[in-house]
Amino acid sequence: MVSDDAKPYGVAVMKPDSSALDVKGLTKRFDRLAVDSLDLTIRAGEFYALVGPNGAGKTTTLRMVAGLLRPDAGAVSIFGIDALADPVGAKQVMAWVSDEPMIYDKLTPLEYLEFVAGLWGIAPATSEPVAQDLLGSLGLEAHRHERCEGFSKGMRQKVALAGALVHDPRLIILDEPLTGLDAVSARHVKGLLSARVRAGCTVIMTTHILEVAERMADRIGVIASGRLVAEGTLAELRQQNGHADTSLEDLFIALVTLQAAA
Amino acid sequence: MSSATALSWFARHELRLAWREWFAMMTGGRRKRARVAVVGLLCFAALLHLPAWAVIGRFADLQLPLDKSSLIVISATIFLAWTLMLSQAIESVTRVFYARADLDLIMSSPARLANLFSVRIASIALTVTVLALLFSTPFIDVLVIGGGARWLAAFGVVIAMGLSAAAIAIAITILLFRLIGPARTRLIAQILAAIIGAGFVIALQIAAIMSYGTLARFTILTSGSLAAYAPDVDSIWWWPARAAMGDHEALLLLLALALVLLGGVMAIFSHRFADTAIDAAAYGASGRVRTRERPFRGGSRQQALRRKEFMLLWRDPWLISQTLMQLLYLVPPALLLWRNFADSSAALTLITPVIVMAAGQLAGGLAWLTISGEDAPDLVATAPLMPSGVIRAKIEVVLIAIAAIFGPLVAALAFASPSQAAISAGAIIVSAASATAIQLWFRVQARRSQFRRRQTSSRLATFAEAFSSIGWAATAALLLALPLAGLISGLITACLVAITWRFSPRRA
Repeated sequence: MVSDDAKPYGVAVMKPDSSALDVKGLTKRFDRLAVDSLDLTIRAGEFYALVGPNGAGKTTTLRMVAGLLRPDAGAVSIFGIDALADPVGAKQVMAWVSDEPMIYDKLTPLEYLEFVAGLWGIAPATSEPVAQDLLGSLGLEAHRHERCEGFSKGMRQKVALAGALVHDPRLIILDEPLTGLDAVSARHVKGLLSARVRAGCTVIMTTHILEVAERMADRIGVIASGRLVAEGTLAELRQQNGHADTSLEDLFIALVTLQAAA
Repeated sequence: MSSATALSWFARHELRLAWREWFAMMTGGRRKRARVAVVGLLCFAALLHLPAWAVIGRFADLQLPLDKSSLIVISATIFLAWTLMLSQAIESVTRVFYARADLDLIMSSPARLANLFSVRIASIALTVTVLALLFSTPFIDVLVIGGGARWLAAFGVVIAMGLSAAAIAIAITILLFRLIGPARTRLIAQILAAIIGAGFVIALQIAAIMSYGTLARFTILTSGSLAAYAPDVDSIWWWPARAAMGDHEALLLLLALALVLLGGVMAIFSHRFADTAIDAAAYGASGRVRTRERPFRGGSRQQALRRKEFMLLWRDPWLISQTLMQLLYLVPPALLLWRNFADSSAALTLITPVIVMAAGQLAGGLAWLTISGEDAPDLVATAPLMPSGVIRAKIEVVLIAIAAIFGPLVAALAFASPSQAAISAGAIIVSAASATAIQLWFRVQARRSQFRRRQTSSRLATFAEAFSSIGWAATAALLLALPLAGLISGLITACLVAITWRFSPRRA
């Protein structure tokens, strides 16, 4: 049973909008400018990869979108919900997964998923079978009643990912989710994310593994010095750069070098 | 590199690490604070001479030979200090086993592991001894100033106690590993450390309550009946007391015994130290605790948060040992309450400050674990609920836990003295709320496992929390005895909490 303060997911008041994420003039300064008047639009049901060199502002951008960091200026809209004016409404439809899996050592994966489902106000009758399915599809079924304290980094990352999916978000934001995963685990995660996108979910992911971006993403955004320096499908990026058969890695290096020189 | 050179090189490395850890603890990890830390430490040491004078000053004139009662009091004081050192040593040894920071490097090096771990054992003994010397110096100073240079021998007794406490702590911990395995040793060792640290004082209090109906420990120590059972004045049991008073023969024997004990432990256990450390490291990768299957539970988001916090608190080994220690400290007042149930004895009044202070201390620890010690801050921050709702749920958990622990004691007190129970309940609530508020104002983002370092993140918060607990305990006691003084004490404590808020980073 879900109490009054727990809105079932998907009922947040949303304006009809084909964009899942709309970022306008997003700015954040620490000791230097980390994100510089960034504009970004991601369509609903899209797999979007954000790539860029270290310190380009990828994580800062995504943390502002997820509500973990207050921007100095700009606007963030998630499925038409103003994330700065109505953070609770925006958070109801999205999930965040960081590169460092933050889970509770003293909880089992199933207890963790029960807690996450409770935080998002999902009824146990809905969340429990979803949790069991997720743990099964991520290869954690045998460990579902073991406390996470002895888990490897890959297992912990999979538990964190299951937590992000258990409340069936419409927008999933992932910051380097494949860091530290072995090939089998990485394939599990990629498969799960692709399946979500096919089911209509929107995914935005930062990655240093350009091959992943190249293979999985519908569109790729290249960020450098806090600015979006290029954006589009791989074919569009190649066209913009004037090389029809070049790899994303070559494109990336060319774009980033150009930005650094500017 | 010769073996001797390698050993001295590793000893220097261990000492450097120990020094830097201690320095970071003193300065809160900020090198710029070094001067402030040194001045603060000197002031604290100077201030400690005052309570030392009050507690021990009257013993300065004692001369050998002593009567049995004096020998009992001095020996009991030395034994109490030794149990505290043993408690701290067990905690240090357990920490060394489970912190695998440089274990892989040491294990994979071509150096002889037995030698390296002998140095590590010696380093633990040195750390325990130095800390004991630091805390005992004001007390020994008072004795030297009042009774002469012969009391300098007490430093030697402290060194002997530190070495023997470290040796026994290592033996106990390694034996625990062999008997119950690495999975349970951590928790049991923490509980054992808590019981050993508090056990002797509590046992004395219980004996005093049962025999004389008072919490005063010295009543039992100075009693004629104990003296009648005690060994003769020339027995070896009194060596520590005689050594502390300047008997050089006894002192040399004590030091020799402590060194033999430590050497024996190094010889017997340094090989096992390596095995034990490997087991502890492997436990992190293979030790899995399973829980039974049960269906998901529903409820509000706040309920989900509260359930999670309760579950984590219940499974926290530190909290179990600390709660056990607090509960152990509550045994004597509970016993006093039971003995004086039908009386309106003044002794009953002593219960109130003890439980009020325990509530404040426990609430501070619980509040840190729930508010600052959030292992998944991003998850909670991205959940669809207001930050104020998260904080409220966490505070509720602290207050519910305090109510569950102290409620039964206050209820029992209500049967004996309703007015005292009401004052105690009010003071427990205010003390717990103050400690929780201080933790809230000074909250930092940390992992639960960093609990040991909570006191170094803000000295102001640490002292404010301690003084608020003491202040509210004094207020409650005074309200029962001298209501006007109680009101003044309450006002002073409230001002202290307000000043703490004024200087808190959350206010900025």
